This record gives sequence, C-alpha cells and structure tokens, in this order.
Amino acid sequence: MSTHTPAPTGTAPSAPARPRDGGALPGRATLAAAVPGAFRKLHPRTMARSPVMFVVLVGSVATTLLAAADPGDRFGWAVTAWLWLTVLFANLAEAVAEGRGRAQAESLRRTRTDTVARRLTADRAAEERVPGTALTVGDLVVCEAGDVIPGDGDVVEGVASVDESAITGESAPVIRESGGDRSAVTGGTRVLSDRIVVRITARPGETFIDRMIGLVEGAARQKTPNEVALTILLASLTVVFLLAVVTLRPFALFAGAGAQATPLVLTALLVCLIPTTIGALLSAIGIAGMDRLVRRNVLAVSGRAVEAAGDVSTLLLDKTGTITHGNRMAHAFLPVRGVTVAELAAAAQLSSLADETPEGRSVLRLAEDGHGLPARDLDAVPGADWIPFSATTRLSGVDVTDGGTVRRIRKGAAGSVARWVRDHGGVEPVEADRIADRVAAQGGTPLQVAVSDTEGARVLGVVHLKDTVKDGMRERFEELRRMGIRTVMITGDNPLTARVVAEEAGVDDFLAEATPEDKMALIRREQAEGRLVAMAGDGTNDAPALAQADVGVAMNTGTAAAKEAGNMVDLDSDPTKLIEIVEIGKQLLITRGALTTFSLANDVAKYFAIIPALFAATHPSLDRLNIMDLAGPQTAILAAVIFNALVIVALVPLALRGVRYRPAGADALLRRNLAVYGLGGLVVPFLGIKAVDWLLALFL
Amino acid sequence: MNAQLAGVLQLTALLGALALAHRPLGDHIADVHTSRRHLRVERLVYRAVGVRPDAEVGWTGYLRGVLAFSLVGIALLYLLQRLQDVLPGSLGFATIPPDQAFNTAVSFVTNTNWQSYSGEQTMGHLVQTGGLAVQHFLSAAVGMAVAVALVRGFARTSTGALGNFWVDLVRGTVRVLLPLAACAALVLVACGVIQNLSGIHHVGQFLGGTQQWNGGAVASQEAVKLLGTNGGGYFNANSAHPFENPTPFSNLFEIFLILLLPVALTRTFGRMVGSTRQGYAVLGAMGVLWVAFAGLMLLTEHHGAGPAPELAGGAMEGKETRFGVSGSALFAVATTGTSTGAVNAFHSSFTGLGGGITMVMMQLGEIAPGGVGTGLYGMLITAVIAVFLAGLMVGRTPEYLGKRLGPREIKLAACALLVTPALVLLGTAAAVALPTPPDAMLNGGAHGFSEILYAYTSAAQNNGSAFAGLSADTPWYNTTLGLAMLLGRLLPIVFALALAGSLAAQRRRPATAGTLRTGTPLFTGLLTATPLVISGLTFVPALALGPLAEGLAA
Repeated sequence: MSTHTPAPTGTAPSAPARPRDGGALPGRATLAAAVPGAFRKLHPRTMARSPVMFVVLVGSVATTLLAAADPGDRFGWAVTAWLWLTVLFANLAEAVAEGRGRAQAESLRRTRTDTVARRLTADRAAEERVPGTALTVGDLVVCEAGDVIPGDGDVVEGVASVDESAITGESAPVIRESGGDRSAVTGGTRVLSDRIVVRITARPGETFIDRMIGLVEGAARQKTPNEVALTILLASLTVVFLLAVVTLRPFALFAGAGAQATPLVLTALLVCLIPTTIGALLSAIGIAGMDRLVRRNVLAVSGRAVEAAGDVSTLLLDKTGTITHGNRMAHAFLPVRGVTVAELAAAAQLSSLADETPEGRSVLRLAEDGHGLPARDLDAVPGADWIPFSATTRLSGVDVTDGGTVRRIRKGAAGSVARWVRDHGGVEPVEADRIADRVAAQGGTPLQVAVSDTEGARVLGVVHLKDTVKDGMRERFEELRRMGIRTVMITGDNPLTARVVAEEAGVDDFLAEATPEDKMALIRREQAEGRLVAMAGDGTNDAPALAQADVGVAMNTGTAAAKEAGNMVDLDSDPTKLIEIVEIGKQLLITRGALTTFSLANDVAKYFAIIPALFAATHPSLDRLNIMDLAGPQTAILAAVIFNALVIVALVPLALRGVRYRPAGADALLRRNLAVYGLGGLVVPFLGIKAVDWLLALFL
Repeated sequence: MNAQLAGVLQLTALLGALALAHRPLGDHIADVHTSRRHLRVERLVYRAVGVRPDAEVGWTGYLRGVLAFSLVGIALLYLLQRLQDVLPGSLGFATIPPDQAFNTAVSFVTNTNWQSYSGEQTMGHLVQTGGLAVQHFLSAAVGMAVAVALVRGFARTSTGALGNFWVDLVRGTVRVLLPLAACAALVLVACGVIQNLSGIHHVGQFLGGTQQWNGGAVASQEAVKLLGTNGGGYFNANSAHPFENPTPFSNLFEIFLILLLPVALTRTFGRMVGSTRQGYAVLGAMGVLWVAFAGLMLLTEHHGAGPAPELAGGAMEGKETRFGVSGSALFAVATTGTSTGAVNAFHSSFTGLGGGITMVMMQLGEIAPGGVGTGLYGMLITAVIAVFLAGLMVGRTPEYLGKRLGPREIKLAACALLVTPALVLLGTAAAVALPTPPDAMLNGGAHGFSEILYAYTSAAQNNGSAFAGLSADTPWYNTTLGLAMLLGRLLPIVFALALAGSLAAQRRRPATAGTLRTGTPLFTGLLTATPLVISGLTFVPALALGPLAEGLAA
C-alpha cells in the first residue's frame, strides 16, 4: 500500500455516525426546529394532500369568522383556538418526522459540497480539474489517497481502500477494486490509499447521496398504494360525517334546538368526528417508516418498496455468507481403525500450526477447545521445519527431526494427501477415503492427515470441515414461518450438500447448483403463483433477479449494476437484514391500521359527550346519554375538541416509533391490535374527555 | 304459556328451519349459476330476447344489462298504471296519477315496494298480477344476479368475464324463484290465504253498513312478495290483512320465507368461492346482528312502558292480536333487516326504541341478512372495508379471498357505502327544512321526525315499509322518495359490479400464515362490528332526535 498523501482535492469532513437506534421521543430542539415548519404547512395546497386535515383547516377558518361575528363569545374563541391547534399539531407531527430526516440529510449534504474532480481527457493522457457537478455519465476520473470521489461510479483501474463512513456510518475502510463484485464506489466517500480510475455512472444530482438526501428529507416521498387506499377511505368517512353534521342543522331547527346546535358547535362536532388522529399522523408515519429503514442503514428507492416488503411471502437467501459463515470450520476428527482420536487431533494440530487459512485456524481451535490439547506455537516445537500451506501442493504440515529420525506430518485435501502417502512409500488409504466420502456426502469437506515416520507413510484419519450455520438462523426462519414467509436457500453446492445445510438451518426449501437463470425461473414461478419475492444480491449476475424480485436488496459492496437493479441498498451489506426490512414494512402498515381503528373508535365517546350537550335542552330524555356526567354543554363540547387535539400530540411518539411488532401469525396480531387500539380507542376518550371536562369546570 | 316464552320458541323454530333449509337451497343456487346446461324453456326465452346465452361479458356489459332491464321495467310498469283505465282487468279503477305511477314503478322495479297507494282501492288485476307481481320475481332475480356477479369476481382469476346477466336473470327466475314461490303459495293457501280472480264483494256488517272485500291472486303474490324480499302487499294492510296472513303459523312461515333466500345465498357464496367457511363467516355476522336486534325488539316490545302496555302484557297498540307481541316483533325485525318492507303491524306504534330498531336494521345497510342478492353484495362490500382495516393491522396489503384491496377497490367499496347514508340524510334534511313537506305529517316533534327519517331510510335502502303516519302520496314525497329508491338501488349496483370487475381481473394470492383469515369467528366479530360502527356513527345524531329521544323518555 502506498502511503503518500497528496493535497486533498475536495473537502470531506468525516460525517458523524448517524444514530442507529430509533430514538422515538423528539427532543426539545427538534420540536422547536419543527414549529416554523408547522406554520409553513398551513398553505392550502400543502394541506390539500390530506383531505381530513384540509376539512379541519376549512373548519378553523369558518369558526374564526363565526367567532369574529360575535366577539364577546369566549366559548366561540376557545373552540376556534383549539381547532387551529388541531391543524398545527398535525403539521407539527409531520414537521418533526421530516426534521429527524433533515438532520441526517445535513450531514450527508456536507460531503458533496464543492468536490473538485480530476477528469481524464478523452485520450486518457492528461487530467483536467472540473467541478464535481460538471461530470457526465461515462467520464473517467482519477482519485488518489485523500481525494473525495466526485460521483457514483465503477472502478475501472486500480485498487484502493475507501472510507465510506459518510454513508454507512462505519469507520473501517473498505477495499474497492476494478472488475469483480467490489467495483462500485459512491460519490462523497473518500479514498484513503492508492489510486483508482472511476467511470462515472450517475449524473450529478442523481447520485446515491442525492437520492438519500431526498428520501430522508421526505421531499421525494410519494404516497404508497396502501396510503392512497387509506386516504380514500378516510376521505369517504369524512364525507359521511360531513353529511351527518351538515344535515344535523335542519334536523335541530326542526326539533327546536337551533340555539344549541349552532354552526360553530356543529363545526366543532365535525372536527371531532372526522378521523383527525390518523389524518394528522398519516404522513408522519410514512416518513418515520423510511427513517427507521435509513437508521438501519438501508436505503429504499421508494416507499412502495418498503410496503412491498411487508407483503413478501417468499424470501430467497444465498447460503454462503447469509445463512452460513461461508468459511468451512473443523467440526470433528475421524481417525481410521487403530488410531485414537487423540493421536489424530495431535497430528492435526501440529500440521496446522503453520496454516494461516481460516480452515487451519479452526483445526487448532477444535484440537484445543474440543480435545483439550495444550495450545502451542511455532517455537514450542524443537527441531521443527514448518511447511506452510501452498497452493501447488495443497498441503501444509511439519517435519520434526528428533534424534536423527524425521517425522513428517501433512494435512490437505484427500487427493493430495493420497499422492503424498504414495510418494513416501505408503499404501492407498482405502479406509480413510471411505471416511472422506462419507463426510462429503454429509455436505462437509474432508481433509486428510497423514504421517510418515519409521513405521512408514500412512493416513491417520480425516478432519471433517463443515460450513457452519450462523447462530440464531434457525430461530429467525422459525419466526419468518410464523409470519407466513417461506425461505428458500440458494446455493451453488450439489443437492446433497445443499439438503444437509438446508435441514440444519431450517429453511423451507433450497435451490442447489443454482445458476442465475435458475434464480430468475424460481422468482418468476413464485410470482406466477401470486407470491411476492424478496432477495438480496451483490454481483452483476444477480442484477436481473434483483430487478425481477418485488423487493431486491443490493449490497453496498456490490456492483453498480446490482444497485441499479434492486429497489433497496443495504449500506452494511448484510443480507440477513432482509428479515428486518420485512418487519419494518409490516410495522408501517400495522401502525396505520391501528391508528385508523383507534381514531374511529374514539368517535363513540365523542357522541356521548356532544349529543346530550346539543339536545338535552330540548329533549330532556337525551340527558340520559350523558353517562360521563359532564359539567355542562359548553365544557362538554370544548372537552371533546381539546381531547381530540391533544390525542394527536400524545400519539406522535407512537407514529414515529411505530406500533410494537413481534413476529406472529395474522390472527394473533389482529387479536392483539384490535384489543389495544380498538377497545383502547373506545375506552380512552371516555376517560380523557371526562378529565378535560373536570379541569375546565374547575377553571371556568 | 306466557308471551315471552312464545317469542323465544318462535325464534328457535325459525332459526332451526333456516338451518335445515339454507344448505340444500344455497347449494342448488350455486349449481344453477355454475351449470353449463340450458333448459328448453330458457332457450326459448333467449331466442325470443335475442341473447347468446354462452357469451360472457365484462362488468360494463353486465351493468348495461342490469340498467337497461331495470329502466325498461320502470317504463313498462309506468305505462301499465297510466293506461289502467283503458286496459282490461282494471276492476273499474281509474288511471294512476303521474307522480304516483313513477313512484310505484320505481318502487317495484328496485325491489323496494314502497306503496303510497292502497292496493285494493287503486290497482286492478292486470297491474297487480301482470305488473307488480312480475316485478316481484324480476327485481329479486336482478339482485341475485348482481350478487352472483360479485361472487364471481372473488371466485375467478385473471379474467374480464363476469358471466351473462340475461342467463343469470332467467335462471334465477326459472330455476330458483318460480319453483320456490309455487311451493310457498301452496303452503299459504293451505293456511287460508286466498287465491282467486273474483271481483269486489260488498259484505253487510253485523252492526249495519257494508264492507268491501277484494278477491285476487293473493297467495301467489304473497309468496314471492316475501321470498323475493319485496314487501309489496296485495292489500294496503299488507301482512296484517287476514287474507294475506291469516294465522300465527302463516305468520311464522312468512318470516321464514323472508329470511330464506338471503340466508341461503351465503352458502352459495361459500360454495362458489370454494370454501363454505367463508360463507358461514358472512352468515355469522348477519345472524349475530339479526338475532341480537330480534332479542332487543322482543325485550322492548314486551316491556313497553305506560299503563296500556302493562295492562295488555306488552306494547299491543298497532299489533294484531292473532300474532301477539312476539309474532309482530320478529316480523318487524325480519322485514326491516331484509329490505322486504312487508308489515304485519303498525311500526309507528312500536315503542320508541322498538321503532328505532326497525330503522337501525335498515340503516345497517340492509345486510342483516339483507334483500335477495342485495344483502349478500352489501355485506361483501362491508367486508371489503373490514378486511382493509384489519388487513393493515396484520401488516400486509389487505387481501380478501386472495384478492388485493388496493386504491381502486377501496374507492368503489367506499362509494357504494356512501350512497344510502347520503340519500337518507339529505332527503330527510330537505323534507324538514322545506316549508311544504311537513304538512303531510300525522305527528309533530320527535315522532314526526321519525316518520320522515323512516320514509327516506326505507326508500334509499329499498326496504319499502313505512312508519305510517306520514301521508306520502304527495308530489313531493312521490318524487323524492322515488328518486331515493332509484339511486339507492342503481348506484350501489354500479359500484358492486365495478368492484366485481376489478377483483375478477386479479390473480389470486395464496394464503400464508401472515394472511388475515376471513373464515374465522374473529373475522365474523369484526364483520359484525364494522357495519354497527359505520352506520352508528352516521345515523346516531339523527336517531337521537327521533326514536332515541322518544324511547329514552319512557
């Protein structure tokens, strides 16, 4: 690695690692920062995005005019004030949600300021300095240690270590090199060493960081299909209540209750009835959902993709690196007849001391931890001549000279060891080969350990190397099954090996000897049966499958093609995160459904407050509906309006954090959420309205 | 035997009979609408009308059929009434005035059977039997056809075709309604309901003076009036008239006929979508609502407050002694819960809360169990909304029977559910706000308000029963109620068929452990609560000023 550090050509303040835990409660500073936004959002065009809140805005204007017509009416002004507060609380919720994203966007934006690019001229002979914003797709730029990469692209020449903490929050540098699956670089990240040539793949303003800023700020947010459907339902409920309240005026006049059911009071009733709770929090829920994803370092190109994640019913996971650790580990020592396990373990340990590969390390670990052999290092063996692993012999080992006799120990793949034994005058290791075959049949990799000493050359036994399943995977697949999601393991292994790993990991199905075409076919087949498919991938050959899948999560370490094809990018490049993404998608929908149910259930109590208040004067029998025993008509109406406004504030943290989600079947989830938000929504306002009424009666 | 026990026994017998009958009948209707075979008589009809029976159409084609058939039906019925004086079989009655003829034509074609006239003093044999009774069959068959089309929307995948309206209409009439009505008419005749074509008899009364008795094909009209959830009686007194409903047994049998087809159609739904559990979940919600309100009704009517009810052992004002409180209460809940609108008692004379129950049964959306076909499609549309809310709460894009409920489906379902509340509330508001209409009221105050609210509820929900007390034969009521009936019938059909079209075009998504299960008691509970909450929130303020104010005063 070269260490020279030329003067930096751009400024790249190392971005502070963004908070990863979803701190739900907005701090005082966040709140204060959001207040101006809440007022700015009063613009009718902004308000019209939510039909429910637009009606509240119109209602607030109307009551203001009505109150102004009768300026001495303190009740009228009080109702008016609380209606305006209802609108502002809703806007505040949205502004707070956006504000949290904006803080992240600020730190990102700093990384892209004033980057100067060193563009190669067409003949690649010379460099010219141009602003990063002037680059076009296909330009070649040079980046050396200390340079900020001016735009998204692929490395076409060289290898470098890159600090990507600006986008991933991870301080350890990563290697980027031309060709292969680690060629993609992101604009705004900084080269720490060496020199690379990058071909720009994104226009300025459309780079990864730009997209990320747009998403976290909520600027690029479009309503998702479920959000649209819910908005339609809320709008039609609003129309129903509008009808109920507008027609109540002639009904009241007919009943002689026109003096109580004034337009001002009816406007207050309308605002109480329409689903303001969910109407006010709907967009905050959506923004917060994206935010939760970003906090887990996943970037989705659209809210639609997040929503689709909740609907996924088939999950394709690569075996290596996702389900298993990917490197094979020593699992057991299997000696041939006449050799003890201890002898084999000791020989294996000696032969592995000079083997720096992960497999070699795992043999030592098994010998020491599994078989109680003392740990040794290279100096502890006198007269030893170490033979490190080499790719040509595919063997490692040691020759120990002890009093004139040489004891040679070798460890390696079965074929190489057999050749070595033959070369040293030994016999064909029939039994050891049989053991090796058995290990292979179980999906493991056999290594043989042989010794050549005064008794001749012979194979002592087999080390069973196994691709181990990561801890906790079985439980996660079990959780997924409960959520109704089928996992399919994708592997290049033969079906025999694949079956063993699949059974051990507890996946529902596997695809062995998988080619990219097989993967595509599998996705298409699942989709034809009506299932939504999610997968993770990083290579260029994953791109078609990522594009075909309903949720395609590209690894940040992957190629530009893969990132372009997927609809999410995981900055941590952790394929198991698919599971979390699914949970976030579900949580988003549940939060919306739960708050809608809560909002509707609230109306029951409001009727019990307002109907006696309106009509008990003319129809004394209706006072029997005043089961909360509210102090008087005006306090009752005001209490309902105030409760309605305050409940929005009270639920902002829930909207930002999302409803608690535990993986469970649909029935269990429904039962729980109905009990909490349906029954809760029924009971809470009775208590809340009564409490507010009591306070009002105390002070008025 | 005390009267309350009699009520409970009648209710039990009724539920038992329905439990036995709905299954074979529901299966039969499913077979009728999936069979490929045409009967000879059906082929004759197709040839006469010029329909190719094996050609299926999309939802717009299906809707064109429904609309054309309904509007032509209205025009024909209008002409029959307007030309009554020159046509044979008039019994000497004059022509019907235009506003009343419009109202009556719309009323019978929309399966409402609101009657602003007295049958025996206005309509001759031709209009009664050739016009009104024919629509008794056809309007019910149209409702059934639309329901079957919506069920096909759920059952079919990736197709534009919803079936053939003309085939569904003819089969529903020929293979379901006609044979059932014939059997029912025979039972009614056996009970003592009249069936003849004789004229008007003037009969001397015991204390002097004469009484006028009409003959007529009453049993045949009565059978389909109830089976088709029509409700338009031969006589003004409807099922309170001894020629229409002579005995307590005939009364119970009539309640059975009212509930039979709406209940059986849930079985048809289950069969056609390939899971009878789904049908039972829907039936469960209908049943819980109906039985709960029937129980409440028995309670309020048996314990009516005031000196008269206490002496009579129940609120007997306006009820026939031969049916008693229980027979009248069950009939009232059945007729208002099914968009039938036949009455065997004076709903206006029920206790305040009892009158409220009859209104709530209608305001639920005529889905407990609702009219023939209309009840099923109404409940399925309600289910779409319930599934949407519940589906969100389990964290998936909501799906009902494997079909996604996206923006388009929700838009259509919400519009369908908006229509009738809008008609009821706006109609009532206009009637109380404008100076002329209230003149027709018998009562003022809360009861007068109930009369008007009931009239518009009954019309918009296509029920047809009246709270009485309101003289609705004025140009204002004939016209506005006529429009309410027409829009209350056709607009939901438009939305239901559009919904069917967009569902049928979808692929089916397989159910997983993460999918909301809709064949469970939990879902039945949700489906029971949803219409209660939605219609409760819509109508409580209006109900408060009418029946609630009255009922709570007691």
